Amino acid sequence: MGFSEKPADYVESRRRPTSYGDIFFHWLTVFLLVFFAVVMITPFIWLLSSSLKTQINIFQYPPQLIPDPIVPENYVYALTYKPFGLYFRNTLIVAGLNVVAVVFSSSFCAYGFARMRFPGRDFWFGIVMATLFLPYAVLLVPSFIVFSRLGWIDTFLPLVVPPFFGGGAFNIFLMRQFFRTIPEEIADAARIDGCSEFGVYWRIMLPLSKPALITIGIFTFLFAWNDLIGPITYLRSPDNFTIAVGLASFRSQTDISWDLQLAASTAVTLPVIVLFFLAQRYFIQGVVMTGLKG
Amino acid sequence: MTAQTADPAAAEGFWLTRHYNRLTLKQRRTLMGYIFIAPFILGFLLWWLGPAAVAGYLTFHKWNFLSAPKFVGMANFSKMVGDPILAQSLKVTFVFSVISVPLGLVFAFFLANLINAKFRFIAIFRTIYFLPSIVPAVANAILWAWLFNTEFGLINYVIRAFGGPKIGWLQDPTWVMLAFVILTIWGVGGSMIIFLAGLQGIPQIFYEAAEIDGAGRWQRLLYVTLPMMSPIIFFNLVIGFISSFQVFVSALLITNGGPQRATLFLVLHIWRTAFSSQKMGYAAALSWLLFAILMLLSFFVFRYIGSRVYYENPDE
Repeated sequence: MGFSEKPADYVESRRRPTSYGDIFFHWLTVFLLVFFAVVMITPFIWLLSSSLKTQINIFQYPPQLIPDPIVPENYVYALTYKPFGLYFRNTLIVAGLNVVAVVFSSSFCAYGFARMRFPGRDFWFGIVMATLFLPYAVLLVPSFIVFSRLGWIDTFLPLVVPPFFGGGAFNIFLMRQFFRTIPEEIADAARIDGCSEFGVYWRIMLPLSKPALITIGIFTFLFAWNDLIGPITYLRSPDNFTIAVGLASFRSQTDISWDLQLAASTAVTLPVIVLFFLAQRYFIQGVVMTGLKG
Repeated sequence: MTAQTADPAAAEGFWLTRHYNRLTLKQRRTLMGYIFIAPFILGFLLWWLGPAAVAGYLTFHKWNFLSAPKFVGMANFSKMVGDPILAQSLKVTFVFSVISVPLGLVFAFFLANLINAKFRFIAIFRTIYFLPSIVPAVANAILWAWLFNTEFGLINYVIRAFGGPKIGWLQDPTWVMLAFVILTIWGVGGSMIIFLAGLQGIPQIFYEAAEIDGAGRWQRLLYVTLPMMSPIIFFNLVIGFISSFQVFVSALLITNGGPQRATLFLVLHIWRTAFSSQKMGYAAALSWLLFAILMLLSFFVFRYIGSRVYYENPDE
């Protein structure tokens, strides 16, 4: 389901607004829609506009909406001031491993929860749901101690190893819900043909779940791209920084150069927005799946 | 001929295969089930119970990471009681939560109703309303620090253009809370989409029936939309409360906890206690406190609000 799709109850022949109340309500809605659209989009325009201003123009009152002159060099300057290429590579490694881990691990566990019957299953699923409501922040300090004992501080390991163990309660939950919509008969047919449970999971369920897998993959990627608290806690040397930590440290070092900070912020936001437009359908599906099937 | 010799290859094969073949069907199913959920169980033991045990141990110790942990009994807990900084950070977190969660919920619901309208270009509006929620947290923090800038920020410019005063958004302890609420509400796109999906799932026939019975717009909202949406409102409420207790990036990057600790959110306080002051024992105790607060909060939310939720198909 995407934004372009018409709502389920859309009926072409729906009667036109007739009474004065309807007409008033129609225009009120239009007005509010436009008003809030302006409110929501202005920060983006302001971000883009400020990121293209000179140091002098950015501290000008009243502010210019369209920068004069336009300084695209800000971007070059901001992105080379710190090794953003390296940060980008680090982020891709962390995010890529996270996506692989989450896609396979969460679907594997979810298959057990969705399609197998065994004593203790509901107990363990209860634990999955309990960890769903426990935020990351609670475990931050104790996890740090565990990882430091393992000698994992200042490596990517604390960021990439845990997802291989179940891939997060949330993703298990989503995949389980999705698997339950696939008819059991398909799996039974495969079993009669001599397919093992692993085969059913790998050859039947995974290929049939591509939309759900892409959805959790995208959200995992976004999370890794955006996450600050994990990398800032576990990564120490600048060579290991991800984009988020790089941008945060950029801010603390260039406190006054708003033009550069904003150019770097725009550059970091842009890929996310591009990804959104490429995969809009999966974004919406992901958000909706979280809310509706609970 | 017995079942065991029926498949000689298996019987003589790898010892694991032999054991497996001796299991009953039920045992096999149990075994397979546990193999499938094993990654989660292992992960739970390693990355949840393990750290929780470490936190439990450290709670009764004083540890600066360098020397050996020193047993201090309940000292970390008694320290909490008289800690004015902790009291401040709890106050900040609660006030923010109590203001931002209901406001965010109402605003998201309102926007969802707006974009549920049937216009030709509605898809564009949906996209615009959703986009803020996907801006990376660090970029978002920098953007809002700039928008709220006292001298050159856009927000003060607009206020002054309408004849208002110059507000010290990030310098004044009272205003800074409102600034954080505003930037949080800007990103309600996620809950808005969940609301929208819920609205579209309400059968149109309910509205038609209500209309025939003479229900006006307001009554349809009150007696059809709200009851039908209550599970989704509840879901967004729970998610909203949990995330309101986890404010970190914006507090760290926009104000660094200031001014006068007015944005010293609990997670930031714990993080600093552990990684700036190196008080690992106290930080572990504070993590337990956060855990206890979230558990209590969830309990009350489920007990007093969850019981009022209307489920159309309670079995699902």
